[in-house]
Amino acid sequence: MDDVAIVGVGLHPFGRFPGVTGIQMGAVATRAALADAGVEWRDIQFAFGGSYEVDNPDAVVSLLGLTGIPFTDVYNGCATAASALTQAANTIRLGDYDLGIAIGMDKHLPGAFSADPEQYACPSWYGDLGHFITTKFFGMKINKYMHDHGISAQTLAKVAAKSYRNGALNPNAFRRKPLTEEQILESAMLNHPLTHYMFCSPDEGAAAVVLCRADRARNYTDTPIYLRASTVRTRRLGAFEVHSPWLPIEETEGPTVDASRAAYEMAGIGPEDVDVIQLQDTDAGAEVIHLAENGFCKDGDQEALVADGALEIGGALPTNTDGGLIANGEPIGASGLRQIHEVVLQLRGTAGERQVPGSPKVGYTQLYGAPGTAGVSIVSR
Amino acid sequence: MNQVPVAEGIFTWPADDPQLIGGRCTDCGLVTFPTQSSCPRCSSTGMTEHLLARRGRLWAWTTQSFPPPSPPYKGAVGAEFQPFAVGYVELGGEVKVETRLTTADPDELEIGMPMELAITPFGTAEDGGEIMTFAFTPAVDEAGQ
Repeated sequence: MDDVAIVGVGLHPFGRFPGVTGIQMGAVATRAALADAGVEWRDIQFAFGGSYEVDNPDAVVSLLGLTGIPFTDVYNGCATAASALTQAANTIRLGDYDLGIAIGMDKHLPGAFSADPEQYACPSWYGDLGHFITTKFFGMKINKYMHDHGISAQTLAKVAAKSYRNGALNPNAFRRKPLTEEQILESAMLNHPLTHYMFCSPDEGAAAVVLCRADRARNYTDTPIYLRASTVRTRRLGAFEVHSPWLPIEETEGPTVDASRAAYEMAGIGPEDVDVIQLQDTDAGAEVIHLAENGFCKDGDQEALVADGALEIGGALPTNTDGGLIANGEPIGASGLRQIHEVVLQLRGTAGERQVPGSPKVGYTQLYGAPGTAGVSIVSR
Repeated sequence: MNQVPVAEGIFTWPADDPQLIGGRCTDCGLVTFPTQSSCPRCSSTGMTEHLLARRGRLWAWTTQSFPPPSPPYKGAVGAEFQPFAVGYVELGGEVKVETRLTTADPDELEIGMPMELAITPFGTAEDGGEIMTFAFTPAVDEAGQ
């Protein structure tokens, strides 16, 4: 599909900002996206806002202008931003509006995410026993994947080291200090085989994306980026998912695979056409698994691809060029729009020190999280 | 010492050979753990209790080296925290159950190894009694390996 265009992107840096609220960060990101598109807040006809911690992201209008527009809040776990973007694009496709915005913001406390297990349809004893934590799911998933497909811990360290290296090139990133593979492997073991520096951290930040009808895009920019597909899927029975007290014997592919296939079909684009990739790297293992789940390689090929530098900015599959979640952290509501921000800069050729060479034409983003939800977007020049 | 299960209705106990209490769909046969009121495969509301096999094989595992967020975690935290391992054990070709493992040593855990149900202490109840939970422990399989 080529009926919706991205004409503006904006970011509030990701990290820790004492004294700055999530709403305030949302307003900063929104103003940056408006300026990028060359429009005013009063030109925006509708909005979708995503957050985990902020009850009412739409309250950002208090800081932007009370223009009376329809403003819908969405929350969909780690796929919140993909849901806001998908709904915004579909609103334009419905034909009622020409210009809208998707905004994501969050401000998390340090440490692993927590919640009430019963709100996830889990029994309360599951939380009592210490099972209700996402990090050990990611540990189990990559531990099994390494066993089944011959991936080494060194590969996980190489992936994380690449993220910190890329983060050092990104002025908006949370973690900007390169770490060696040895430092990553020797940091505290949290969930075997994942060490402290192989994980991302919940943090703070905001991002916003201005969208319009594709046939109006050149009114705003000389470099429109077209949203070719944006999909959200949830798990089917048999997928290996977080917060599962049990799994059936039958096994099936996860929601990322379903969202990815649907996005490729919608876009009429295949993985071989993609020039720059942003994947959900909650941990280094998730990036390895998601490379295959999104069709960029076969299971097990990651060992050689990583060793050959394929995921580097100058490699064949440039992945998480802005440092991904590992270097940026994860403000849930904003994380997916940060991915869109990065691929838009890359396709415009304005990514600076981390610019992928060769004038990339197609960008790909993927989110995954509890309780088994995934979102995929494909953009192109 | 007085012992109480971490929750009622998830394992038969006290018993000489305790078993996990699962659910089985009367329409499509899907087995769940614990019991639930409807079937996530066929959406039927016809579910009955179904006791699970005591032995199985380790399907996936990891360690938990730091205290999970509390709440909801009710185990010891701070200096009292003991790292533990968790995994999924496939039982009787019917279901995979997520469970604590009785060893947290990665060198003692291997995907595919035989495992057996054990009821083990988890913590201390408000009345000073001992909270008991289900867990799985490395076992010798039927072939004696």
